Amino acid sequence: MSAATPTIPHAHSAASAEPWVMPYKGRVGMYSLILAESAIFIIFVIAYIYYIGRSTYGPQPKDVLEVPILASICLLSSSFTIWLAERALHKRAMGMFSAWWGGTILLGLIFMIYTALEWKKLIYQDGLTVSTNLFGTTYFCLVGLHAFHVIVGLTMLSLVFLFGLMGKLTPNHTERVEVLSLYWHFVDAVWVVVFTVVYIVGR
Amino acid sequence: MSDSALPLLGGVRDVTIDHAPPRVTSKGTFLETAHSWVVTVDHKKLGIMYIVYSLLFLVVAGIEAMVIRVQLAIPHNTFVSPQVYNRVFTMHGTTMVFFVGMPILIGFANYLIPLMIGARDMAFPRLNAFSFWMSALGGVVLYYSFIGGVGLSNAGSAPDMGWFAYAPLTSKAFSRGHSTDYWTISLLISGVGSIGAAINIIATTICMRCKGMTMFRLPLLAWIYLVQAVLILVAVSPLTAAQIMLMVDRYLGGHFFDTQAGGSAYIWIHFFWIFGHPEVYVLVLPAFAFANEIIPTFSRKAIFGYPAMVAATVAIGFVSLGVWAHHMFTVGMTSVSNAFFTLSTMLVAVPTGIKIFNWVATMWGGKIRFATPMIFSVGFVFQFLLAGLTGIILSVSPVDWQLHNSYFVVAHFHYVLVGGILFMIFAAIYYWFPKMTGRMLDEKLGKIHFWVFLIGFHLTFDFMHIPGFLGMPRHIYTYEPDRGWGPLNMIVTIGAFIQSIGTLIFVYNLVHSYFKGKEAGPDPWDAWTLEWATTSPPPSYNFAVEPVVGSRRPLWDVKHPDDLDSQWE
Repeated sequence: MSAATPTIPHAHSAASAEPWVMPYKGRVGMYSLILAESAIFIIFVIAYIYYIGRSTYGPQPKDVLEVPILASICLLSSSFTIWLAERALHKRAMGMFSAWWGGTILLGLIFMIYTALEWKKLIYQDGLTVSTNLFGTTYFCLVGLHAFHVIVGLTMLSLVFLFGLMGKLTPNHTERVEVLSLYWHFVDAVWVVVFTVVYIVGR
Repeated sequence: MSDSALPLLGGVRDVTIDHAPPRVTSKGTFLETAHSWVVTVDHKKLGIMYIVYSLLFLVVAGIEAMVIRVQLAIPHNTFVSPQVYNRVFTMHGTTMVFFVGMPILIGFANYLIPLMIGARDMAFPRLNAFSFWMSALGGVVLYYSFIGGVGLSNAGSAPDMGWFAYAPLTSKAFSRGHSTDYWTISLLISGVGSIGAAINIIATTICMRCKGMTMFRLPLLAWIYLVQAVLILVAVSPLTAAQIMLMVDRYLGGHFFDTQAGGSAYIWIHFFWIFGHPEVYVLVLPAFAFANEIIPTFSRKAIFGYPAMVAATVAIGFVSLGVWAHHMFTVGMTSVSNAFFTLSTMLVAVPTGIKIFNWVATMWGGKIRFATPMIFSVGFVFQFLLAGLTGIILSVSPVDWQLHNSYFVVAHFHYVLVGGILFMIFAAIYYWFPKMTGRMLDEKLGKIHFWVFLIGFHLTFDFMHIPGFLGMPRHIYTYEPDRGWGPLNMIVTIGAFIQSIGTLIFVYNLVHSYFKGKEAGPDPWDAWTLEWATTSPPPSYNFAVEPVVGSRRPLWDVKHPDDLDSQWE
């Protein structure tokens, strides 16, 4: 159909003199997605807070949970490294970009490995599963929902990393990479809330 | 082509006039056509598919409504068994909200917003197709329940716990088999579709506007859909979260809503209505959007109070997030909560009142043309006002203690959904059908449809209030003859039959006019927004030259270059 739309010279020069710039649609779309995701997380967080201390039997948070300080530091500092990666991309320093981007993925992986070990301990050592008691249900759902978002984020970060290594990543993709890092910042921000609710308030 | 597009502002004629490819006369085989619709990412085709699919479900859910009405027409009726009755009213409610209301309104958004803001497509065309097919899949999954389980004879495994699915009824102990699972999964799937569509609407409205289309020149329809899309994001997501919890309870043995393990049935009610009440505004805001386009066109006046309309829409969006617990006055909240939700609910009347005032003020002194879209809109304004008034009655918590879950409530929300939203959906179809198909709907049949439907509507829903006052609860299978509800229910049922005759006339009109209707031309209503600047139906690229606008009514400027709208804004 493009053949049917010949470009013709602008007859309205007065209007076209000033540039007509719209916000980047990917960014607006990601903000919208973050709004929707926030609503989902708010419901799970409210359920968690509402049910704190209401579990009638089985393991309680203070018996089995340990505060994941190292994992939290890793995840939160990954927000900083992804920002450094973005800055490198802006300067077109692709080597620096790959280094910081890879570092971000590594930090995310450490967080996921910690979560996996924590769950292994809870399930096999403490006998806490999603069906054991109310605490188990709310804990695995809230932390699991967040971990699921981390995994989705890591998958997408790794794709960008691979494209970067293959040399397919150009400065044209800067805006898309920024949208992805927006998502990663959101995942980190959610962890602040989850960490506070689960490991500080709820324990 | 003789039905050429109008010249656009700045003297640029749309080049489709001169350079358009010759219209393809052979349409290809049926398979080729079907394939082109399945793989399409064109917002217009997707919009039409949304609308057609919702109209099919409208007929299906309408038939379910008729089953309910026949069952309730006389006392001690045994038209269907109690089990089937429960399944039918659950499916009626769920279908009407999720597979008629949501998709038809999203369909209109899909079709109209890019055209109105002068864009070639939505911001994310492939996400758009994905959203449509998710919504469609949700409907199919829900209806598959009729043939799942014990099969058609006993209405299969269709859900039977009411469309709000209160907690103990959905637990494994009280809902054996998979009826609740069909409901949960289908709403999860269609919820993903709705969220995708909402993201698309927001990104399109904000980022795809043509040159000169500032936010305060945006057609009110696009403005309202922007607010509606934000509401979808913050309302449907909690439902998705609650459905995930329900799935965890049912499949993984979780305890979210299991009172024996310390869980709470009460929190499901909160979660459901945190979705459920904004959902009402998700459904009704597009009706306002259609009225904002149709009433000015047929009153031959610009909309009265454009900024007030925008402000009122945003205000409705915010207020609607703080009213959900007025569905819960009888569960035993504190009196502070009761007072808060009574007041917040009453507050909704202020922005909606502003809107009704503005519509009436738009008509006031206008040169009104009573074409079919306009008479439906006038009916809408009147009926929506009445529906709002019964809403204010119900918002008073002590009155609600008396009327809660009675037929008064059923009558109230059907007054909004049918008298308000469905009337505007009819108006919108009469108004934009010429744009979508290139042919006019038959005016005479349209007027007959209006009057038949109007009479049926008032017979049904005016009289439905009274059994509510007399104490008839909703969801009941049958009732005793000595309650005095019999004659009233008979009138309601007769009204429902008259409404279905009206709907049949409408369906006949749609089919007949699609093939035999008179040619519409690009701008049959002499309207002012950009969708009327291109041919009917528009080419796949919408506008050969991206339009440039200088006011809220770009086509007014084109038609009256000596009296530009911009000088009055």
